[in-house]
Amino acid sequence: MNGNLSPNTSNGYNLPMGVTDISHEIYDLHMLVFWICVGIAVVVFGAMIYSLLKFRRSQGAIADTSMVHSTKVEIIWTVIPVIILVFMAVPAAETILKMEDTRNSELSIRVTGYQWKWQYQYLNDAEGIDYFSTLAEDSNFARQLHSGIDPKTVPNYLLSVDKPLVVPSGTKVRLLLTSMDVIHAWWIPDFGAKRDAIPGFINELWFKVTPGKEGLYRGQCAALCGRDHGFMPIVVDVRTPDDFKKWVLEQKAALNPPALPAAAPAAAPEPVKTAQLN
Amino acid sequence: MANAHEIAHDDHHDQPPSGIKRWLFATNHKDIGTMYLVFSLTMFFVGGAMAMVIRAELFQPGLQLVDPVLFNQMTTNHALVMIFGAVMPAFVGLANWMVPLQIGAPDMALPRMNNFSFWLLPFAFTILLSTFFVPGGAIAGGWTMYPPLVLQSGDSFPMLIFAVHLMGVSSIMGAINVIVTIMNMRTPGMTLLKMPIFCWTWLITAYLLIAVMPVLAGAVTMLLMDHFFKTSFFNAAGGGDPLMFEHVFWFFGHPEVYIMILPAFGIVSEIIPTFARKPLFGATSMIYATASIGFLSFIVWGHHMFADGMPMAAQLFFMMSTMLIAVPTGVKVFNWTATLWRGSLSFEPPMLFALGFLFMFTIGGFSGVMLAIVPADFQYNNSYFVVAHFHYVLVPGAVFAIMGAVYYWIPKWTGNMYNMTLAKTHFWLSTIFVNVLFFPQHFLGLAGMPRRVPDYAVQFSDWNMVSSIGGFGFGLVQILFAIAVIQCIRGGKKASATVWDGARPVGLEWRIPSPAPYHSFTTPPVLEPAEVRRS
Repeated sequence: MNGNLSPNTSNGYNLPMGVTDISHEIYDLHMLVFWICVGIAVVVFGAMIYSLLKFRRSQGAIADTSMVHSTKVEIIWTVIPVIILVFMAVPAAETILKMEDTRNSELSIRVTGYQWKWQYQYLNDAEGIDYFSTLAEDSNFARQLHSGIDPKTVPNYLLSVDKPLVVPSGTKVRLLLTSMDVIHAWWIPDFGAKRDAIPGFINELWFKVTPGKEGLYRGQCAALCGRDHGFMPIVVDVRTPDDFKKWVLEQKAALNPPALPAAAPAAAPEPVKTAQLN
Repeated sequence: MANAHEIAHDDHHDQPPSGIKRWLFATNHKDIGTMYLVFSLTMFFVGGAMAMVIRAELFQPGLQLVDPVLFNQMTTNHALVMIFGAVMPAFVGLANWMVPLQIGAPDMALPRMNNFSFWLLPFAFTILLSTFFVPGGAIAGGWTMYPPLVLQSGDSFPMLIFAVHLMGVSSIMGAINVIVTIMNMRTPGMTLLKMPIFCWTWLITAYLLIAVMPVLAGAVTMLLMDHFFKTSFFNAAGGGDPLMFEHVFWFFGHPEVYIMILPAFGIVSEIIPTFARKPLFGATSMIYATASIGFLSFIVWGHHMFADGMPMAAQLFFMMSTMLIAVPTGVKVFNWTATLWRGSLSFEPPMLFALGFLFMFTIGGFSGVMLAIVPADFQYNNSYFVVAHFHYVLVPGAVFAIMGAVYYWIPKWTGNMYNMTLAKTHFWLSTIFVNVLFFPQHFLGLAGMPRRVPDYAVQFSDWNMVSSIGGFGFGLVQILFAIAVIQCIRGGKKASATVWDGARPVGLEWRIPSPAPYHSFTTPPVLEPAEVRRS
């Protein structure tokens, strides 16, 4: 379970490129806007620094008190930012359209947040697979106050779980997110995927991991949810579609030993509103 | 005869009443302004101490010092104390001191209400801070008070609501006072467009306050009803809607952000022209830009909630409206830069803080534009990138502007100059440490560290350690500010009426002697053209 040394494809100071088309688009947008900001910063900070060096009283600069306003200049520096903003908004809007298009998904999983664990209930062909995913025990021991355990000795400290979410690569996976208590948020940076899990609502989210990028991907709850908010990680185990099918069969076989009745859900779910999407 | 007697009686009042009564029953705008500022500085250190606990725990991975519950109490109360206790009262204090002096009024329009609005605050914060000692501990669900989490609080919950109500009442009364004063008590000849820009930004801020503080009051009252009277405003099991709270909260919360920055814009617009010895460039467009920002602040609240699951049309709308704010904000930054251009600059402490504001607020503005891009926001949302963004606009933004304002006007208040070397040291160390503190948080957020966590994965260790070192440094350096202020109150080189003699201070506040007499402008002054910031 501790395959990747780094929790995501980030280099430690920038967004991860990620392993989905959407995460790539987000990365490109992020870099586009970043470089535009750098460009503006060079011009604006350049003008400021030039003024600070050139127009110093100690250097004998005399103030030009007649310079009070210029309608022309003010129109120019109102219009140019508008153009730049439109230039950024168009590709951003295109990506939003793609992110919100949850049609034609091939596998749906209901994700339920609890204080402080995640429940994964598979639908479609994997129906019946239903389990909880909590912080791995070694991390849980080490994270106690005054545990005396050096977190550096714990593999994937705070980012490993007992049972990860297993999904196939190259498949459009749709998550249906809700919560049984307070608001949580499901976030895997490498998928460019974050959405709140809210009691009484079902939020949708989809991702499709590029084939060949199978492996473990890690994230954390991203909405303050109480005492152990920092200790309910999310790990996704991406497998090839064939390996995923094998895993589903294994799980189902383990689920239905002839003598035992199927596990009944522990509690009736709260009334759920239809999602307010679309 | 009675009249003559009254005049003589008034003359005796030129000295402030002595003892505790001067402060308890204060109706003088200068006394109340002083109390607001002292209160704000106290809260700045209280909230700062909480930040020190946060940064100490985050110094290295693993939990060394505090339990996660206490950590959450620290983040929650740090925010509440800094926003409602430090930044907002500082601006009200500055308005109390400077609005009457700038418009040539003898006092605020409603002095008794002024007293009431100040004295609510110590009670509000006593209640808020005493929650650390009640069963269940202090409030720990985040300053945003999202249900259902906040409903899990112990006895601190109703105390929080009551404290928020008191703060809201205080803010609304403060805002009413500013509006009534500005609208009715400007000296003859001072039309609205001739009014100093600090008063303008405060006027717009006051309208924002009146518009949104009742919304916050409504939101927290609904929380109270859900908790104690079994209503279901936000309870999904009863047919309610937890998302509605977020909408209502951010309808308050986003204008609140501008409440904490518009007066800072005003301060910077006062300081830069003085030390550039040049009129403010595009002064009228500055006013329009401020008003546009005020208006736009009401239609962007959804950008706090992109990850909550929002209809696509709403995502697009809030993205566009948010990006639009960059336009008037850009106009302001460009106008300040143009004011520096072909000026004759000198670098006294207020100017240093204004320039620090100019650079670092702009950095916060850039990350703000990035956050507006919805797809990227899904990655930034609730990460340390957001923490870096809003601290850049609030600390080297709002807080630097407040400190700049104090360094600018304190000689007028006390009659004494402060230790310039000390103030400059305070500026440079603050600037270095604030960047060491907050710049690495951009990296942490982009690399995937969520905010509001007491512990983190080991690959976030290095930048957290750097950030904590910056935090301790920044916290310690603020003691220099307290020293500079206390020394200045006690004595020092005498300041002239215009204080900044070699520079170009413009406005009525420089006409009266330093220190400003207890009663000033008892008769409306005649406005000279040279006392107006525009040509």
